[in-house]
Amino acid sequence: MNNSYLLISSVGIEFETDNEPFRALQDINLPIQKGEFISLIGHSGCGKSTVLNIVAGLYQATEGGIILEGKEVNEPGPDRAVVFQNHALLPWLTVYQNVELAVKRVFKKTKTKTEMHDWVLHNLSLVHMDHALHKLPGEISGGMKQRVGIARCLAMQPKVLLMDEPFGALDALTRAHLQDSLMEIQGRLGNTVVMITHDVDEAVLLSDRIVMMTNGPAATIGEILDVKLPRPRDRLALAEDPDFIHYRQQVLKFLYEKQKNPASPLSINSSSKNGETEHSSVSADAA
Amino acid sequence: MTEVKALFRNEQWKSIFSMNQIQLFLRQVLKAVTLPLAGIIIFLILWQSVASNITTSLGQFPGPTEVWEQSKSLVAEHKQERVKEKAFYERQEERNAKKLAKNPDAKIKTRTYTGKATFFDQILTSLYTVSFGFFAASFIAVPLGIACGLSEKVYQSINPIIQIFKPVSPLAWLPLVTMVVSALYTSDDPYFDKSFLTSAFTVTLCCLWPTVINTTVGVTSIDRDLINVSRVLQLSPPVHVRTIVIPSAIPMIFTGLRLSLATGWMVLIAAEMLAQNPGLGKFIWDEFQNGSSNSLGRIMVAVLAIGLIGYLLDRLMLALQRRISWDKQAILR
Ligand SMILES: Nc1ncnc2c1ncn2[C@@H]1O[C@H](COP(=O)(O)OP(=O)(O)O)[C@@H](O)[C@H]1O
Ligand SMILES: [Mg+2]
Repeated sequence: MNNSYLLISSVGIEFETDNEPFRALQDINLPIQKGEFISLIGHSGCGKSTVLNIVAGLYQATEGGIILEGKEVNEPGPDRAVVFQNHALLPWLTVYQNVELAVKRVFKKTKTKTEMHDWVLHNLSLVHMDHALHKLPGEISGGMKQRVGIARCLAMQPKVLLMDEPFGALDALTRAHLQDSLMEIQGRLGNTVVMITHDVDEAVLLSDRIVMMTNGPAATIGEILDVKLPRPRDRLALAEDPDFIHYRQQVLKFLYEKQKNPASPLSINSSSKNGETEHSSVSADAA
Repeated sequence: MTEVKALFRNEQWKSIFSMNQIQLFLRQVLKAVTLPLAGIIIFLILWQSVASNITTSLGQFPGPTEVWEQSKSLVAEHKQERVKEKAFYERQEERNAKKLAKNPDAKIKTRTYTGKATFFDQILTSLYTVSFGFFAASFIAVPLGIACGLSEKVYQSINPIIQIFKPVSPLAWLPLVTMVVSALYTSDDPYFDKSFLTSAFTVTLCCLWPTVINTTVGVTSIDRDLINVSRVLQLSPPVHVRTIVIPSAIPMIFTGLRLSLATGWMVLIAAEMLAQNPGLGKFIWDEFQNGSSNSLGRIMVAVLAIGLIGYLLDRLMLALQRRISWDKQAILR
C-alpha cells in the first residue's frame, strides 16, 4: 500500500453551510499506481468532483489527505493538472498562448525559449490542434477547445492528470474521437489519470480500474472493478466482446440496483446531458 | 442553344440576386439614417413651436433658428479674438525689435495676451479639466476596485466608506475642496490654476465611485474555472492579475469608467457655474448674469454643446474599449 504512486488516504470532507455542516465524503481510501487509468463513476451529486478537487488541492479535506510520491500535498500545483469540464481556456488568449502560459510557468527554468516553443507545438500536435494555433477559443468548436485543454495539461508533464467529465459536454461522435485520442496518448506517454465520467461505456473502454461511489451524503467508495481488457483497445471490436459486456453489466448493476437513485438518471453511452449542478465548473460560455 | 439559354438564365439570376442585395442594403441605410433623422426633425419642429409660445424677461425663448444664429456669432467672436491676439503679439514683437535696434542691451518685456475667453476657449478648458479629474480618479479607482474584488477583507473594510460617500453630491464637497486647495497649494509659480485644481478634484471625487464599484463587481464575478486554472498553475499574484483578472474584468471596468466620465462631465459644468471657475459652466453663468437679448440663445448653444461633447466622450470610451477588449464580437452600447 505504501508503494503506491498516489494515495487518497481516509479522506473525508464537511462543507460549511448556512445551517448545519454538510458531510459530503467519508473515509475514501484509494491507492493508485503509476501509469494507471482510474475512472470515478457515481450518481450526480455524490461527490466525484469533490474527490477530484481534493486531489487537485483546490479543496481542503477535513480528514485524511493526499500523498503523492510519498509526500503529502495540500495545495494546488502543476504536478496535478486538471482538465475541466468546460475546457476553462482563457478566452482572450489564442490556442497557442493558452498552452504557452502553462509551459512557461512549468519549464521557465529548465527549457530555453525555442525548446518551450517546440514543446507547445508538440503537445498541440498530440491532440491534433496544430492547425489552429492562432485562433481564439471563441472561434473553435467545443471538441477542439477540450483538445486544447487536454494539451495544456499534457504540456505541464503532470504526475497525475485529473479530468472532471472532460467529454461530458460534447456530442457522441466528438466524444468517441477524443476518447480514442486520449487512449492513444495515454498508451504512449503512460500518464497516471483519474477521470470522472457518467458514461459507463467510456469508463469501461478507457480504465484500468473503475471506482464506483455510493450515493451521498457521506459518500464513499462502493466497489472497485478491475478492467482486464488487453490494450490497445478498439471500440468496434469491444462492442461485442463478452468481457466488455460483462464489465459494463457490472457497473450498470452497481449504479441501478445497489445504488438506485431515480432522482438523477445516468446516461448510458448516450449524448443526453443531465442537469447536474456543477458548482466547480460554471460554464465559461454562459458568462 | 440550350446551353446559351441556361447561361442567360444564370446571368439573370445573378443580377436578380444582386438586386436583392441592393434592396437589402438600401433598407439598412433607410433604417440607420431615416429614423434618427425623422426623430430629429420632429424634435426641431416641436421645439420651434413651443419656443415661439414662451416669452421671458429676456425676450423670446430661443428656437432652432435663433440658436443657429447665435452659434454662428460665437464662431465669429472666436475668430475675432484670435485676430486680436495675433495683432497683440505682432505689436509686442515690433516694439521689442525697435528697442533692441536702439539699444542691444535693453531689457525686453514679453507679456501674454489676456483677452476674453471665448466660447471655444471655455470648451477646451472644460475638456482639459474633466480629463484631468477623470484620469486622476481612474488611476485610483481601477486598482482599488481590483483590490476590493480580489480580497474580501479589503472589500469589507472599504465598502462602508464607498457606500457613505457615493450618494454625496460632489458639489457638497466644492467649498471644502476650494478651501483645501487654497490652503495647501501655495506655490509661488503655480503650474496649475487653483480654480482648475478645484474643479478637477471635484470631478475626481465623483468619478471614483462608479469605477470602484463596477471594477469590484467585474473582478468578483470571474469564472471560477479560470481562477482554478490560475491556482493549479500557481501563477504569482501580479501574473494572475495581468493574465486572468484584468482581461475578465475589462467590460465591467469600462462600464464603470463610462459612468464615471458621464457623471464627471455633468458635475463639472455645475461646479464651474457654482464656483465661477473657467469653463463652459462659467460661460453659461456669465451669459445669464449678462442678460442681453442674445443670452438665452447663447446658453442654448452651450447646452447643446455640452450634450454633444458628453456623447462624443462616451463614444470615445467605447472606441477605446473596442481597441483594448479581447472580445471583438461583443455588442457595445
Ligand atoms: N463548496 C461546496 N459547498 C457546499 N456544498 C458543496 C460544495 N461542493 C460540493 N458540495 C456538495 O457536495 C456534494 C457533492 O458534490 P459534487 O462533488 O459536485 O458531486 P458530483 O461531482 O459527483 O456530481 C453535493 O451535494 C454538493 O452540493
Ligand atoms: Mg461533478
